[in-house]
Amino acid sequence: MSRTDWEVVIGLEIHTQLNTQSKIFSGASTAFGAEPNAQACAVDIALPGVLPVLNKGAVERAIRFGLAIGATVAPKSIFARKNYFYPDLPKGYQISQYELPVVQGGQITLQVPDGKGGAYEKVVNLTRAHLEEDAGKSLHEDFHGMTGIDLNRAGTPLLEIVSEPDMRSSAEAVAYAKALHALVRWIDICDGNMQEGSFRCDANVSVRPRGQAEFGTRREIKNLNSFRFLQQAIDYEIQWQIDLIEDGGKVQQATVLFDADTGETRAMRSKEDAHDYRYFPDPDLLPLVISSEWIERVKGELPELPEALSARFQGEYGLSAYDATTLTASREVAQFYLDTVAAAGAANAKTCANWVMGELAGRLNKAELDITASPVSAAQLAGLVQRIADNTISNAIAKKVFEALWNKEGESADAIIEAQGLKQVTDTGAIEAIIDEVLAANQKSVEEFRAGKEKAFNALVGQCMKASKGKANPAQVNELLKKKLG
Amino acid sequence: MSLSLDEVRHIAKLARLELAAGDAEATQAKLNGIFGLIEEMQAVDTDGVEPMSHPQELAQRLRDDAVSETDRRAAFQAVAPQTEAGLYLVPKVIE
Repeated sequence: MSRTDWEVVIGLEIHTQLNTQSKIFSGASTAFGAEPNAQACAVDIALPGVLPVLNKGAVERAIRFGLAIGATVAPKSIFARKNYFYPDLPKGYQISQYELPVVQGGQITLQVPDGKGGAYEKVVNLTRAHLEEDAGKSLHEDFHGMTGIDLNRAGTPLLEIVSEPDMRSSAEAVAYAKALHALVRWIDICDGNMQEGSFRCDANVSVRPRGQAEFGTRREIKNLNSFRFLQQAIDYEIQWQIDLIEDGGKVQQATVLFDADTGETRAMRSKEDAHDYRYFPDPDLLPLVISSEWIERVKGELPELPEALSARFQGEYGLSAYDATTLTASREVAQFYLDTVAAAGAANAKTCANWVMGELAGRLNKAELDITASPVSAAQLAGLVQRIADNTISNAIAKKVFEALWNKEGESADAIIEAQGLKQVTDTGAIEAIIDEVLAANQKSVEEFRAGKEKAFNALVGQCMKASKGKANPAQVNELLKKKLG
Repeated sequence: MSLSLDEVRHIAKLARLELAAGDAEATQAKLNGIFGLIEEMQAVDTDGVEPMSHPQELAQRLRDDAVSETDRRAAFQAVAPQTEAGLYLVPKVIE
């Protein structure tokens, strides 16, 4: 029997903490890292008689998100109670949205790396995004056999973003999660801090024989808080399901946890009633009505979105789709790039892109610095790019100048080139003199080249560049060397 | 529509209610009485009537996003059965 060709189906539910000052239904602070329960007020700890009052800032962020993904912002949406018992949920229910969520539909276009250095475009449709409150935290360390409860997080506003089951590989799921992560920071509704739990992913994964119309039975992997774990967990889960089915088993719907230490997913001890949430409209909250005027005002305040900017980078600057996506991964990177191009001139946009994504990104990464803290400013980088463009320095020397800028050895590329004598040698006579010297000292390579060994030519070019301390114009060296040997 | 005894016990379990012997039957009768009422309402022709989620025809009032609460942990924890290191302590729960 031939092996079945399996198709993977993935949908993601992503909880984003909205970056409001206060909680969604109370005036307690949402700042991270406070003393336990110091930011849990009477509403958050569910003392009798308290009532929720909805935070306008949370609603506005939901509107912003809805507009950014081209969704319908519901003119009227409803809050519901999701009932379950857990000590970090003091009311015994979570206020969420069920039947009428605030954001309905929408889509995101992403670039998915194809594993061969390129990328392909993928559109992921969103089902909905709804407002809800976060729960508190349970600390299971030993408190004399008891569990400690910190309710500081209880009531923090969340926007739960639910995708359609549109993704067909872990790479697509990760690309989607990254695009969403970039977007929520771009429109400034979430700080995106995954370590602090501001952006948490649940992945619904199933497999089916390719060509089958119905979905397979899915398992939900909970609480993945890094892109790497998301990828690992999904890949493990896919293989686990395929192995199970090929061995004659059947996937049972379940909620599973990912163990980062073993790289495995395992089913949570089955809570038979876990999904019996008995949703009903919360009588404490009236319908949320959003006027078209409000939506229009928020629309007017939205920044240019990454998709639009990416299209502009491709159209105006001739960047590849992949480069444009990389440069619009965050607003800060995009701004740095825009500032660099503004100073260097649009004609140098491609070179600017290469430097921002290459040398600069590499150094920042190594130094674990954010681009906003870059030791090399956009203006300085632009100055460097201009000197490459007008042939004052070669690419190799430019790397030295960049290094010097990074180490604050000079105010500008020009100052460093001047002070360190790095100006490219373009004087034909000077270059010829160097070549003559090199040819005299490397007779062996010359003979090899004449005997048909192409590589010997490159070795000679290398020697010439070395002899000029990298300052000779490589194109001229090539040309003149060819002439002399020819 | 009426509830079976098993369904009554299931609902009680979800609500963390302990039903004493005989209580399930009494509760079943009461709940089914409520369902009778709902059935009557469901018989009404509601075509063209927009479903309502709240008995009042009003919209939710919103508050500005500002911190208005101060730390009252000490007062709240004074009435909690058990606390330690600022945490509320509860019987052990493990997932």
